[in-house]
Amino acid sequence: MDSNVVLHAEGMNKIYPGTKALDDVSYDVMKGKVNVLIGENGAGKSTLMKLIAGIEQPSSGKMYMDDEEVSFKNTSDAKKRGIGIIHQELSLFPNLNVCQNIFMGREQTTGKLKLDNKKHVEETNRVLKKLEHVINPNTMVGDLRVGQQQMIEIARNFLQDDLKILIMDEPTSSLSEQEVEVLFKLMREFTDAGIAIVYISHRLEEIMQIGDNVTILRDGKYVAREEVKNIDVPWIVQQMVGEGKSYPKKDREIDWSKQEKVLEVKDLTLPKSGGGYLLNHVNFDLKKGEILGIYGLMGAGRTEVFECIMGMRPEHTGDIYKNGKRMKIKSLHDQIENGFAIVPEDRQAEGLVQTMSIGKNIALSSLENYTRGGFIQKKNEDEHVDKQIKDIMIKVADKNLPILSLSGGNQQKVVIGKGLLTQPDIMLLDEPSRGIDIGAKTEVFDIINQYAEQGVSIIVISSELKEIVSIADRVIVLSNGIKTGEFIHEEITEDQLVLSSYEGHGTHKKEKENE
Amino acid sequence: MMGKNKNWVMTLLKGRTFLILALLIIFFSIASQNFLTLNTGLTIAKHVALYGIMGIGMTYVIITGGIDLSVGAVAGLGGMVAGGLINEGLTIAPLGITIYFGVPWIILITALIGVLFGLLNGLIITKFNVAPFITTLGTMNIARGMANLRSGGATFSNIYGNEGLGNTGFNYLGKNIAGIPAGVIILVIIAVVAVCLLRYTPFGWHILAIGGNARAAKLSGIKVAKKTTLVYMFSGFCSAVVGMISAAQLVAAHPATGEGWEMNAISAAVLGGTSMSGGVGTVGGTIIGAFIIGVINDGMTMCGVSEFWQKVIKGIVVIAAVIVDQFQRSLQAKMALQARNESK
Repeated sequence: MDSNVVLHAEGMNKIYPGTKALDDVSYDVMKGKVNVLIGENGAGKSTLMKLIAGIEQPSSGKMYMDDEEVSFKNTSDAKKRGIGIIHQELSLFPNLNVCQNIFMGREQTTGKLKLDNKKHVEETNRVLKKLEHVINPNTMVGDLRVGQQQMIEIARNFLQDDLKILIMDEPTSSLSEQEVEVLFKLMREFTDAGIAIVYISHRLEEIMQIGDNVTILRDGKYVAREEVKNIDVPWIVQQMVGEGKSYPKKDREIDWSKQEKVLEVKDLTLPKSGGGYLLNHVNFDLKKGEILGIYGLMGAGRTEVFECIMGMRPEHTGDIYKNGKRMKIKSLHDQIENGFAIVPEDRQAEGLVQTMSIGKNIALSSLENYTRGGFIQKKNEDEHVDKQIKDIMIKVADKNLPILSLSGGNQQKVVIGKGLLTQPDIMLLDEPSRGIDIGAKTEVFDIINQYAEQGVSIIVISSELKEIVSIADRVIVLSNGIKTGEFIHEEITEDQLVLSSYEGHGTHKKEKENE
Repeated sequence: MMGKNKNWVMTLLKGRTFLILALLIIFFSIASQNFLTLNTGLTIAKHVALYGIMGIGMTYVIITGGIDLSVGAVAGLGGMVAGGLINEGLTIAPLGITIYFGVPWIILITALIGVLFGLLNGLIITKFNVAPFITTLGTMNIARGMANLRSGGATFSNIYGNEGLGNTGFNYLGKNIAGIPAGVIILVIIAVVAVCLLRYTPFGWHILAIGGNARAAKLSGIKVAKKTTLVYMFSGFCSAVVGMISAAQLVAAHPATGEGWEMNAISAAVLGGTSMSGGVGTVGGTIIGAFIIGVINDGMTMCGVSEFWQKVIKGIVVIAAVIVDQFQRSLQAKMALQARNESK
């Protein structure tokens, strides 16, 4: 075995009842390299990683480390061999604080019994500082934003001793561009120290930036492996989907200054518990049929804008006008009746009811529209749901199947469909493409464009620069609760957005100095 | 091949409550000669009506992801209110008068008290964010205390009413009408309403959504607090009805009536496939669950099994039911995954 190969997997098969998730895949993890693994959802990349990390066991196939055959019955077996994994889905304890989360399962003790909390806090501070992400170790993880939680997940793995392989399954899906930079810097430190990183991501630009070699899977089978320096993004996409696909290009010739304003937000301010502002006198407007992007670092106040508009933050101040009339925002229910729809950031926790069927999830917000005498008119409901499924191309064999039988991309389309079915004038989408494969992303963008053409006004929050640049007619940038930029047409460039997303922090410091 | 096997197991699992009920009936028919008679059937049906009505209210509550421990005590209070109104009327001390209500009014007032207790539960849970377990544990004691306060702990016996006062007829609730116990008829009516609400109205789907994912339900524009409160009110209503039927069956109201019945109601719901984590449950399942509890109770009594052993066995049955339920769920999840992979 090549001495640069830290783990060699040979002929890995994983059979779930009735399906082959992984079909005779061999895989080498190279020492001190960032080994990228990509493929569309369901290609088998997560399955392969689960086998390597001991979360699941292969149906057949062998793994070797240091010329010695290894097999992992569980994650602690794999951990003993120096294999760590950062999950795509967060596996944190929201009810415990930051250092408890980081040290869960490897608690430090004094005298074998007593927890050494002093050491926990010190180590936590050290590792978070290294991640350039200082959070009070006593903060409850449930109080952190998704991106911050992901940092905690990453921090957990950084503490493992004698780490040989670190598997990262979409670690950047809720990080902003700058946090990703910090993460990449750390990854380079790791690889310099000889640790192998296996990196799964849907963000192709990232792969070109950080990856050393790329392995592509499709439908559970091995497709190709190549050094990153020899390839480009179109090549990867081609291998993944079998045809050339990229983000849709925006091309709309509309004079926005002549379009009517459907929404106007003035002096939107949201106080932060413990002082300061989550939103600091934010002003913006939205035209009919426009797609407005909101970009910003995490914690910049992007989601909070939606929460204020939807009536989930009654403590906000400032005025919101719809069609020129000042709104009295009472509740989320009322806001939906007023023509708003929201697609939340966290699909599983906030978007779907997992116990219900696909059809019922779509109809959930608009059931009351299909009743006569208090009873649901099944035919009426079915007609609307079927039309919506067709309109936004949800791939579904039978709408009475459980929602979890759909792939992530189609689940997301269900959440969007639920919002669209209420026939909104204004649609709020919070990270609509998070954690879905590139094919589904393109389709989600198509849906957004399609409804914007029909006159629905849309606000999209996104952390992916390329995405927001390609989809939005206009972009506003929030930074530290302050609106720091507004760009239209060709002004929307990645550089501009990044620059603006930092500005709020500067002014904040200045404010403090002035005090 | 594998898939076919799974489907077969699944069908068996889904029909298991029926299967258990059938097996129990066969077992007790052999164990006790008197079991398979009309009289025994009617006795069991009378008991099942009580567990069933209470169980339907409980099913609704559990579907939203909550629990209602106050049902037994509210039933006890309901019986005492009805019995008291029949035997003693309502005395308004400052005016020095006593009002005797007619039976329809008595039923209405009693049901209203059940609904008010449900409203109290719902408001505490949704407005003050108190856990349903604690809230209803508290109201359970409040209701039980009030039931005892009504009579100073004594029993209202012979609640037949008085021709002269025009309040006779309450005990019809405990009699047979056209050979069928009145309780069973009420059970059927409540069950039909509950099934229709759950399956054919937005309200039904909304409470299923609340139990499945309360946050997603809220973000879908569902009035979570209001609907949850309504569900507890329904449960309170069911409990008060059970209290009245029980009092009518015994022609007496005792303040300790309904002690431990919350366990019967929860057991009926769980045996019928209602998930304690919310979002899943059917009224039909709960009624079959109530039958299982009724058959076990009365069957074992007829076989001379001591009351203490009955409790032990009932406890085991409920836990076993949940274990099988979990097994079914994991199998279902696997099959969903399989379907998802096949559709690719």
